[in-house]
Amino acid sequence: MEYNVNTMPPINIVTIDYKQYLSVSEISSIEHEVSIMETREAAGIEALRIVQEQRGWVSDESLYAIADLLNMPEAELEGVATFYNLIYRQEVGQFVIHLCDSIACHLTGYQQIYQAINTHLGIGYGQTTGDKKFTFLSNVCLGGCDKAPTMIIGKQHYQQLTPENVIDILNDLASQESEHD
Amino acid sequence: MIEIIRPLTQLVNLQSPLSLNDYISEGGYQGASKALHDYSPKQVLDLVGDSGLKGRGGAGFPTGMKWSCVPMFEADDDNAPAFKYLVANADEMEPGTFKDRYLLEGAPHQLVEAMIIAAYTIAANRGYIFLRGEYHLAGKRLQQAINEAYQQNWLGKNIQGTNFSFDLYVHTSAGRYICGEETALINALEGRRANPRAKPPFPQISGLFGQPTVVNNVETLCNLPHIVKQGADWFKALSPNSDSGTKIYAACGRVKSPGLWELPMGTTIREILYQHAGGMAGGFKLRGLLPGGASTDFLLPEHLDTPMDFDSIAKVGSRLGTGGLIVLDDKNCPVAMVLNLMRFFAQESCGFCTPCRDGTPWAVEVLTRIEQGTGRKEDLDTLYNLCDFMWLGKTHCALAPGAVEPLKSALRYFSDEFEQHIDNGCCSYQQDNIVNKSLTLQSSQGGAVHG
Ligand SMILES: Cc1cc2nc3c(=O)[nH]c(=O)nc-3n(C[C@H](O)[C@H](O)[C@H](O)COP(=O)(O)O)c2cc1C
Ligand code: SF4
Ligand code: FES
Repeated sequence: MEYNVNTMPPINIVTIDYKQYLSVSEISSIEHEVSIMETREAAGIEALRIVQEQRGWVSDESLYAIADLLNMPEAELEGVATFYNLIYRQEVGQFVIHLCDSIACHLTGYQQIYQAINTHLGIGYGQTTGDKKFTFLSNVCLGGCDKAPTMIIGKQHYQQLTPENVIDILNDLASQESEHD
Repeated sequence: MIEIIRPLTQLVNLQSPLSLNDYISEGGYQGASKALHDYSPKQVLDLVGDSGLKGRGGAGFPTGMKWSCVPMFEADDDNAPAFKYLVANADEMEPGTFKDRYLLEGAPHQLVEAMIIAAYTIAANRGYIFLRGEYHLAGKRLQQAINEAYQQNWLGKNIQGTNFSFDLYVHTSAGRYICGEETALINALEGRRANPRAKPPFPQISGLFGQPTVVNNVETLCNLPHIVKQGADWFKALSPNSDSGTKIYAACGRVKSPGLWELPMGTTIREILYQHAGGMAGGFKLRGLLPGGASTDFLLPEHLDTPMDFDSIAKVGSRLGTGGLIVLDDKNCPVAMVLNLMRFFAQESCGFCTPCRDGTPWAVEVLTRIEQGTGRKEDLDTLYNLCDFMWLGKTHCALAPGAVEPLKSALRYFSDEFEQHIDNGCCSYQQDNIVNKSLTLQSSQGGAVHG
């Protein structure tokens, strides 16, 4: 089959204004961060955090939208987003468990806590439960080494974990009303 | 008995930190007031230099000397930069370290006051507190303190009727250990990937957005209000040793009462471990310890009487680092401990330079093999070589040499353990610890969700 440029259907190039993916309040929070920085890109990390706070994670659309808003190349913002541990570039569950696996928690047996969570929820690091309630991640030292083992879920630090009390914590959270329902 | 003076922690209240008014009625902001009204920036600089204050962020660099490199300008100088910056390093991600969190959560106004003094001295008009993302409570309390300080003109324009103006902001990090390295921190503040920068130029000359910038650790800064208020001699007299002031020491691991304590600089390891941390927890014996966080060399029980000051710890082959003891007991495997530390460094390596990017995961691979009982005799040579490849001067920043410190000292002090793992084809600590074993086998990825 021969292709004739003249008879081929025209290619539609759609320019999407990704900025529309951001809400008014997200944009105003991001612009506030921009205002205390010398350059627009400098607010990139805070912008990713602001959007993640609203939406749980940073989707491609959100990333493009922030890059557009800050007048920076998407690839550069992607490089930034993937560099940092606390920016999620994949969808996560309602509760993200960050279990500390650094040295004080190692010496005091975070392995047992890992095992308890793993058995209870049926997920390992990097996985999300089927009901999208929990995502399980490791974290470096959480600054609670004197009360190890420790973890963070949301903004809450949990310390002096035992294989028993960690299950109580998870059950409590699971029984909470889902924020998004 | 002489009462120990604890300037840094006396006003700490973790339950509910002092509001600005309460902090003032306890003597707060007197240091800042004295600096702004009674001293020129040069006088404060000399005072801090005379006090002998050294950085508490790990390297122990004299604070006065660091500040003295910042270019100063007359008010009408056309060459003066638009901004100079002061940054408080509140990234605190060194495993085994939790002292800055205590100061941030318990006495946020102390840091704000300290930053006013430091900024005045170097004539910086903008400041950032670079806070690690996981410290949510600290972030909330700092913002609250900053708001109060603005309301009462301790921040903003013409502070307390002087012609000094200073704005202060909290930047919350998105999490990466390397952000604590001061030039990487500057890149992070500029919204970039946190790769360290080449030095020179030093940040004091060209730092944040190319402008003169000073980065100091939270604990270092928190000493300033007290030094200005009480003088250099008072500060020196806090410690019986050559290093001045107090230090917040900590202990974690299987000790009876893990925690932190503000003590005279140069308190011995023995006193910290046995008097304050209560000794080892029941049923455990002391094998060794890292004196100042994850990136310091192991010390042994024979070093217990070493004073915890910069020089004394260096003399016995380690570093004071952050002053947080990480204690290894006799029921934890030294090889597994080093493996855990090395995994941390491999994961947190920024990937910029080859020795570290490739060397740390390589060391993890070899250590994993030894720990699992499939190590070979040559593996020890490989580890020695890696210690050499990643040593000071061969990498772009100090992360990799920091990773080497616990490894090379463990190879020296626990060589019999390494050899037994290889000879016996197993880890004797793990025989009745199936959970440990299954986790060692797990990948070291930690399940990142970075796409
Ligand atoms: C890999 C790495 C991580 C660091 N992390 C921190 C940190 O979390 N907090 C800190 O104050 N200093 C940290 N430092 C030291 C800083 O680079 C810098 O020396 C320090 O903030 C200077 O402050 P000081 O002079 O008050 O000690 C780190 C250094 C390296 C090489
Ligand atoms: S030593 Fe490691 S952390 Fe430092 S620049 Fe090189 S790769 Fe990055
Ligand atoms: S090592 Fe787990 S909290 Fe510090």
